[in-house]
Amino acid sequence: MAEFLFKRLLQAIFVVLAVTLIVAFAVRLTGDPALMLAQGAGSVTEDDLVRIRAALGLNEPFLVQYFNFIKGMVTFNFGRSFMGGTPVATLIAKALPATLSLALASLAVSVTISIPLGIAAAVSRGKWLDQLIRILSLVGLSFPNFWLAIMLVLFFSIFLGWLPPSGMTDFSSFIMPATTMGIILTATNVRLVRTTMLEILQAQYVMVARSKGVSEWVVLYKHALRNCAIPLVTYFGLQFGGLLGGIVVVERVFNWPGMGTLAFDAVASRDYPVLQAVICILSFLIVFVNLLVDTAYGFIDPRIRRE
Amino acid sequence: MSSSGTSSFSSFKNIEFILGSLLTGGICLLTLLSYFLVPDGGEAIDLLHRLSRPFTDPAHPFGTDPLGRDVLARLIVGGRISLIVGALSVAGAVVIGVVMGLISGYYRGFWDMVVMRFADVQLALPFILMAITFIAIIGGGLANTIILLVISQWVQYARLVRGSVLALREREFILSARAIGVKDRSILFRHLLPNLLGPVVVLMTLNVANNILLESSLTFLGLGVDPMIPSWGGMLADGRTYLQNAWWISVFPGLALLLTVLGLNLLGDWLRDKLDPTGKTTQ
Repeated sequence: MAEFLFKRLLQAIFVVLAVTLIVAFAVRLTGDPALMLAQGAGSVTEDDLVRIRAALGLNEPFLVQYFNFIKGMVTFNFGRSFMGGTPVATLIAKALPATLSLALASLAVSVTISIPLGIAAAVSRGKWLDQLIRILSLVGLSFPNFWLAIMLVLFFSIFLGWLPPSGMTDFSSFIMPATTMGIILTATNVRLVRTTMLEILQAQYVMVARSKGVSEWVVLYKHALRNCAIPLVTYFGLQFGGLLGGIVVVERVFNWPGMGTLAFDAVASRDYPVLQAVICILSFLIVFVNLLVDTAYGFIDPRIRRE
Repeated sequence: MSSSGTSSFSSFKNIEFILGSLLTGGICLLTLLSYFLVPDGGEAIDLLHRLSRPFTDPAHPFGTDPLGRDVLARLIVGGRISLIVGALSVAGAVVIGVVMGLISGYYRGFWDMVVMRFADVQLALPFILMAITFIAIIGGGLANTIILLVISQWVQYARLVRGSVLALREREFILSARAIGVKDRSILFRHLLPNLLGPVVVLMTLNVANNILLESSLTFLGLGVDPMIPSWGGMLADGRTYLQNAWWISVFPGLALLLTVLGLNLLGDWLRDKLDPTGKTTQ
């Protein structure tokens, strides 16, 4: 087990380092922030641009800039935004909770819908209800997330006037963005719950419980569901990367003050410190969650450790 | 062959196949015919009928946009972008991914490590955020969108193929081919490749659907295809400003996307039972 953990950790560190190098390099190819800052300042000479670059630390060689970035990452000091000079850490401290709370809310929506539907499909295997749920999950899988978001806004904000069309305020502002991502996650989760349930319902303890006369409801939701939990939690963990990717788009539709919105604004103004910090932090999160899931799985299922 | 247990299940699979091919075939056909059906490419401007409502004017059954352009005509033309991006990006990703997967699974060792670590890094980067950076560097447009999708999707094929090759390379028919001195290239492409095509084809079908969605999100965000060219993502971006008083501009392109992707997903799901009964491509 120790060897498995060590290998897995080494791999994660390699991925994290590679990500920082690629991101820091790519970000610096996007264009000259000095030009962006000088925009609207009237006549700007080449000397002015050189001075702006020097002030931003962009005249240093790439490796020096990269080393400073890594040093900053380790000490949670990501530098200051080129636009306005706000510390990047302050911007992230506002945006990251907004994105993560939306991710959690989406997961909650998805779990609430997919567990009862998945169980219903498993119990009625091969019957019309199972097939209806299967078709519905394929439809859910086919939704463009941003369009689903627009349709919810059209119906609930413009037509009915019930929910705020954008921004993050109170509980009601979470409903539409979380439902959008929740529905799309549900499409895959329902099938997973169904498959896992089908396996577990074959187990002997389910038969024993049934033959003892335990009510079907208790068999399904207490005995079987509890044993579904491990594969389900793993799978939800592995979805994390895709979930964050989807949220970035949905944030744009709802003007959500999260990491996606921050990244879009940063790329438009070539704000290197903000952009590289946002992409790297989200990548670290994905690597970390995957590592956590793998480790947990390695403990539970020894077969995983061998490969 | 398939895992059909009950007759109701196999009739369901038939419905899946019929619906999937009708949707996919119908949309491909309409897009091909668009050159005859919409000779002006959806660009005709009718300023007298701006923002006309759908189902009222027989000349504009799905209504018109703020410039008076026919929504239905632009929908039919917009299919071209989705289908071109879907087909070419998957074609590119398959070629690179399958070759990489074959090499790393068969030879293992150094190349295997390089390809797999590359895959790890790629999977850790959020697609849309890398996409906005990449597009800020090389610019948007049709060709760059396709390149971006190829770069981000080949890894899936490499992983799938590598996994199958690792299992197949120890099988008797490969061992005996090697023993009688068959060349490596011939083993890779004539003996191994045909045996792992099933799951690859399934993944391709689902991947075309997914790439169509990714392209439309990028174009919707103003990062993908040129906004002047009619595309479903671009129409949705235009329609957002008019959501208050012209819902139809935002509803129809999304429906077109949904139906196209659904058709492909239905076919992919049907194919999975036929070609990949062990479920290697399950998401």
